[in-house]
Amino acid sequence: MSPQKRDELAAIALVMPSFFLILIFVYGFIAWTGYISLTDWRSMIPSYNLVGLRNYAELFALPRFQADIRNTVVFTMLFLPGCTILGLALAMLIDTGIKRGGAFFQNIYLFPLSLSFVVTGTVWAWIFNPTAGLNVLLERIGLGFLRSGWITDPKMALFSVAVAAVWQMSGFAMASYLAGLRGIDNELREAARVDGAGEWETFRYIILPMLRPVTMSVLVMLGHSSLKIFDLIFVMTNGGPANATDVPGVYMFVATFLQDLFARGACIAMVMLGMVTSVIVPYLVRQMRREVSV
Amino acid sequence: MKNVEIPGDAPRRFNTWRFAVPIFLTVAAVLYLVPVYVLLTTSLKSMAEVSRTSVWALPRRPTLEAFREAGLALAPGLKNSVLLTVPATIISSFLGSLNGFALAKLRFKGADLVFALILFGMFLPYQVVLIPLVQLLMRYRLYGSILGLIVTHVVYGLPITTLMFRNYYTAIPGELLEAARIDGAGLVTFYRRILLPLSVPGFLVAVIWQFTNIWNDFLFAVTITNDPRSQPVTVALQGLAGSLVARWHVQMAGALLAALPTLVVYIFLGRYFIRGLLSGSLKG
Repeated sequence: MSPQKRDELAAIALVMPSFFLILIFVYGFIAWTGYISLTDWRSMIPSYNLVGLRNYAELFALPRFQADIRNTVVFTMLFLPGCTILGLALAMLIDTGIKRGGAFFQNIYLFPLSLSFVVTGTVWAWIFNPTAGLNVLLERIGLGFLRSGWITDPKMALFSVAVAAVWQMSGFAMASYLAGLRGIDNELREAARVDGAGEWETFRYIILPMLRPVTMSVLVMLGHSSLKIFDLIFVMTNGGPANATDVPGVYMFVATFLQDLFARGACIAMVMLGMVTSVIVPYLVRQMRREVSV
Repeated sequence: MKNVEIPGDAPRRFNTWRFAVPIFLTVAAVLYLVPVYVLLTTSLKSMAEVSRTSVWALPRRPTLEAFREAGLALAPGLKNSVLLTVPATIISSFLGSLNGFALAKLRFKGADLVFALILFGMFLPYQVVLIPLVQLLMRYRLYGSILGLIVTHVVYGLPITTLMFRNYYTAIPGELLEAARIDGAGLVTFYRRILLPLSVPGFLVAVIWQFTNIWNDFLFAVTITNDPRSQPVTVALQGLAGSLVARWHVQMAGALLAALPTLVVYIFLGRYFIRGLLSGSLKG
């Protein structure tokens, strides 16, 4: 047997166990969940009679699930710009504005990423406590008119949760942009300046376009995690008040494991898979193609 | 880490810019640390003080009362988290290294497709596997057990560890394998004697990443462990918050205890954590 052939066989033998596990635990399970979503399993006891797409029709007609979709859109629209703009600003300032201490600042903006969402949710629930938290601080600095019920106010709850999420995840955008900025050749900026471009023009027409791949991957990574969000909301508000912060991730868990509506839980899960896939698969295909062509 | 100074910065803005940036970054840093201040100060208060003072007040008579109470409540959870995180981290990192070796250095027909199919698991909304997972674990009597959680974290950790090691090994020159072969070394010898010693930084990144993620996991933990005796610390902490309304000092002390292991790892090995963080976004 040629060495190439032997390598090939060895590689297959090495990857097979993991690949087999992934085939079952990812693709097999997706298929099984998809099947359950078409059945009448709605109690503790499994039932596999097919009912077609009825569960999906019911789900989309449900006010709670409509609120889930709305909340996901609003949350994403707060979370994504919050993280990317803050991350880009911090990265730019660290990269170009200071001579020393960049690593120090970077470490501070990044540390929340090492925490569990459960920890984050616990702390921020206390900070947003209407009687003892942020409101007290606002009063003291003369901004009392900004008082609010925060996580207890249906109008502000989703915003409050998004603040906690941005606090935790913005460091990811910053680290990505910082890595991107370090990869940009300094001569390019210098050349732009020699040509008479100001700070803003250099940023707008040179730096920002060169950071586009970074922006892409930051948006995809944060965007897909925003569609999946569960822990933070489950801990901070449990979806309340009045479903104001309920999202598919939370409702899937509640419907399946607290209400025993397994078919409905499977439906919600499949919808979540659809949302995430539509963001991730085009991105993965692009990445893979680029990798192959390089 | 070195920072790049822009050459020929416009002199008229030079001074204000120079002073404004560090101030702005410092203000931002203070804001990012607000929750740490809240965690520390509240956890050092007594019940009486927590109920009378605001979130922002410093503890007048610092006490470790809350830590004692939270420690007692979370001790089983902390122990379970260690029992779960350590083996799951080691196994998934090791398997990732084998996969990375096969996919980056040995190759086979269809390797890219296999890699892509494994990789997708990284982005999976885990809700879509929860029901079958619970059914499977029940069938094999692993539901509710730490072993069941270990299996779960090993499997769903495979995509990211495989990605990390594949990229890591791609950067190692292929001539190394050829040279080893000429010296008469088989694949096992090559992996053990040459590749593994070279993989130490790669393992640091993978192990730190997996440790942090598995320790912090809540969704799998709350779904699979219904029994308080096998719950990891994240679930125990959430339970503590649910049962102790208004006992914020205990909750904050508990949150600190639950956060400490990953925080300590971050403080000492943050460099590797950041690498893991960025490897997740492929080569973006």
